Amino acid sequence: MTWLDINSTLPELIILATALLLLMLEVLSTPPRNSFIWVALAGMGLSLASVLGTPLSGNYYGNMIALSTFTRFIDVITIALVMCTFLFSAPYLRRTLEERGEYYALILFAAVGMMLMAKAHDLTMTFLGLELLSVPLYILAGFYRNRISSNEASIKYLLLGAFSTGFFLFGIALIYGSIGSTNYDIIQQAIVNGQELSRGLTLAGFALLLIGFAFKVALAPFHMYAPDVYQGAPTAITAFLSTGPKVAAFAALLKLVIVVFAVTTRHWWGVMWLLSVLTMTVGNVTALVQDNLKRMLAFSGVAHAGYLAIGILVGTSDGAFGLLFYLAIYSVTTLVAFGLVALVEREQEDGLEVSSYRGLAQKNPFIAAAFALALLSLAGFPPTAGFTAKFFVFNSAVEAGYIWLVIIAVINSLISVYYYLRPVVAMYMREPEDDRRVTLPPITVPALVLLVLVALGLGIMPFTLVQSGVSAAASLF
Amino acid sequence: MYWLNQHLLSLVIFVPAIGAGLILMLPAQRSGAIKRVALVASLVTFALSYFLFSGFRANAAFQFIEKVAWIPGYGISYHVGIDGISLLLVMLTTFIAPVTILSAFDSIKKRVKGFMIAMLLLETGMLGVFAALDLFLFYIFWEAMLIPMYLIIGIWGGERRLYAAIKFVLFTMFGSLLMLVAILAIYREGYLALGQYTTDYLKLLTVDLGARAQIWMFLAFALSFAIKVPLFPFHTWLPDAHVEAPTPGSVILAGVLLKLGGYGFLRFCIPMFPGATTLFTPLVVALAVIGIIYGALVAMVQTDMKKLVAYSSVSHLGFVMLGMFALSLQSVSGSVLQMVNHGLSTGALFLLVGFIYQRTHTREIAAYGGLASVMPGFAVVFIVVTLSSIGLPGLNGFVGEFLIIVGSFQTQPAGAIIAVLGVVLSAVYLLWLVHRVFFGEPGKVVSSGTGSDPEQLLDLTSREWSIVLPVLALIILLGVYPKPFLNRIEPAVDNLVHTYQETLLPESAEQLKAERLIADQELEWVKDH
Repeated sequence: MTWLDINSTLPELIILATALLLLMLEVLSTPPRNSFIWVALAGMGLSLASVLGTPLSGNYYGNMIALSTFTRFIDVITIALVMCTFLFSAPYLRRTLEERGEYYALILFAAVGMMLMAKAHDLTMTFLGLELLSVPLYILAGFYRNRISSNEASIKYLLLGAFSTGFFLFGIALIYGSIGSTNYDIIQQAIVNGQELSRGLTLAGFALLLIGFAFKVALAPFHMYAPDVYQGAPTAITAFLSTGPKVAAFAALLKLVIVVFAVTTRHWWGVMWLLSVLTMTVGNVTALVQDNLKRMLAFSGVAHAGYLAIGILVGTSDGAFGLLFYLAIYSVTTLVAFGLVALVEREQEDGLEVSSYRGLAQKNPFIAAAFALALLSLAGFPPTAGFTAKFFVFNSAVEAGYIWLVIIAVINSLISVYYYLRPVVAMYMREPEDDRRVTLPPITVPALVLLVLVALGLGIMPFTLVQSGVSAAASLF
Repeated sequence: MYWLNQHLLSLVIFVPAIGAGLILMLPAQRSGAIKRVALVASLVTFALSYFLFSGFRANAAFQFIEKVAWIPGYGISYHVGIDGISLLLVMLTTFIAPVTILSAFDSIKKRVKGFMIAMLLLETGMLGVFAALDLFLFYIFWEAMLIPMYLIIGIWGGERRLYAAIKFVLFTMFGSLLMLVAILAIYREGYLALGQYTTDYLKLLTVDLGARAQIWMFLAFALSFAIKVPLFPFHTWLPDAHVEAPTPGSVILAGVLLKLGGYGFLRFCIPMFPGATTLFTPLVVALAVIGIIYGALVAMVQTDMKKLVAYSSVSHLGFVMLGMFALSLQSVSGSVLQMVNHGLSTGALFLLVGFIYQRTHTREIAAYGGLASVMPGFAVVFIVVTLSSIGLPGLNGFVGEFLIIVGSFQTQPAGAIIAVLGVVLSAVYLLWLVHRVFFGEPGKVVSSGTGSDPEQLLDLTSREWSIVLPVLALIILLGVYPKPFLNRIEPAVDNLVHTYQETLLPESAEQLKAERLIADQELEWVKDH
């Protein structure tokens, strides 16, 4: 290990140091707890500075991790997501229970896991990142120790998560057994040169890895845990839960497919096609009948995983770019949408039904407008960025000849319009039932600004992200 | 001035949006100021668009073109420009918008700020659709219109507004999403043919799409446009949307929004997919003719005034579609003109129904009767507009219908003959409406007033006069002197029709040239008389 290696993981090390510092502060409990958020934000800010300041690329830690513009792209998304989660968490925690240092520390650990997953150039590293991401989330889902639904969410997530991890690990074992290495480059070479037998084993290993990833990003039929977990977890955590693992797992899967398994596409494209169609259809159709907004957004997240899977299936540089662009837009809008749900939520899991949003536009015009913007972007209405993202993904699929997949996807988008508009109807077209206003904590304003910049700014001026997205996608090939 | 000239079209498109931005900054309580800003923004737009009209050179080329790269790697650009067809529809939009906003002064009571913002954004969206010369840009504007219209119906509409609003969105979205797939497919074909990614309309127009691909793409585009027109049997959202929308919403819906479908057929379906157009012409003509008769028959039995006008729209837009797909010079010119005429007369009818509804709170035809004796001014205006809608010579409706029927006789004689029957039927139901509302025994409303006070049935107020008079003036102007308008449409239509015919039958170009000469002469005749 050299200084260069350490330098290459500087953003992660900064985050880790911040997390450890927060744990110490919690034990010492000399500084007031409401200052923890600033420590956490400062750590993420420093990490962002180091990501942008050290444009390294190449392989480090003995080929365990590989840096490129792709990993920087994912790093920036990760940091943005984590910071937004913090912004929504602070007022939520203050309202529902005391703020605790380990809350922020756990999210920071998960962030390191996310960043490592994208950087991994070796299956053991991918696994390490995956676990570092998952374990803190199991704990965070059960952060409300006194609430049964929160405990249930945590246990469910842990059990099924452990199960899927088993698949993942078994997949690595099969690949190692047939090839004798876990390094991406070596596996790729072996597949290109290898015998049919070993290729069969390797593909079986890949299938098991795929199941592990499918669980993390909630592809149907591996999505069953998602609605219950998302509903039971504290809403500020749900915001992170529905975006963080998706970004990291899709990034890692994209890298794995493009770098290693692209040559075997003809063996598994049918499976991916089916997973994609099943996921978007199940997600959208089930979301139609949800009255609880957390569940509705959970199923919407499942549906979006289906659209994102198209990018994996296509596997061209256009597809990779579409996937990255979509990930950026989806994750920010979904996170802020959940964050706004957390603001509107009242004590005892009250105020989560669509009906409790009635007349919100008259009581809280800004919150209503932001929530409507997020929903319209998720539904893919132009001129929001949600449309641009769909355009790029669908376009890559049409170019690759998957025209029927795109037709199914647009019909799914139509279905989704119905449930995304339900809260809009409640907010704008119904009269308020009471005059209870929601206070908008000033700390959440930067997150709302980010939403406007992403959902509307990138919708009208997509070229600002296209360039970095295209170069990030190109760096994978 | 130079800068102004270079960006005139973009200004026309975005001045309403700028107005919406200004209103956003005003506090919601100051509804007087909000209304004034909205009206001024739409009037400025109209004034600017007049420069488009006067500066327009009567040839087939796109004018006032602006092109800026937007997403360079994907060949997507902000590319706008207008030809004679879009010019007229742009003018219609900028003319109807201030009328609509003025009518909202009285009829919209709650949440005025949101309404004016939605209205102005809607105007920007519609103008953008008419001006876009890039498929991506076109699609953005096309879909961006949906949300403001959805809100206008859903927030300020009648009792069943939520149902009508969601029906409107889902119907429209269904069509446009399939159109998106077709746009992506064209994008790919364009890359294969041109060797570069582009969504530029003018470049893609030169791509020769295969016969099979054309059929699918035509269907995807046509479905989207047919829903918007609406062509029978895709019209079922229209009566709901019209009846539930507030008066200004109905006016803008009938006045401009429905023209987007027709415009889409003219701009995209016919020139880009000529082969498929030939194949589907009998089907579209049949549906158009069914729409003419069906709309008229259903309008006849309506008991609600607004619904009657809504179904008359289905019938009148059947004429527009017939003329368009008859694909002769006169019929297409007539079709474009008829879109404008329908926007004016049906828009005016919705305005007038709105005026009377505000006084009586009922649209039941049976409740009226003898209204002419209490509201003579209103009666005169209503009858003039009705006659224009029927197509009385000397008013605008006649010129359009005449051109459509004469033009259709050459290529679609059967359709034209049945369409004539539709003219008769429209006279029947509209005149019957006039008879039942304005003449005969005084009805419930007239004899008792609303509640108890007959004094409430005042004649048109000065504001209402200021709303209808410009519309009436244009109705008469288009009726007696359509020449400046036809002059601007004609080169674009001529280009469209003959490019279409020449791509299909290159061998008979000589014969076509001769026919073209005759057609030109006939059109000159119509313009002079």
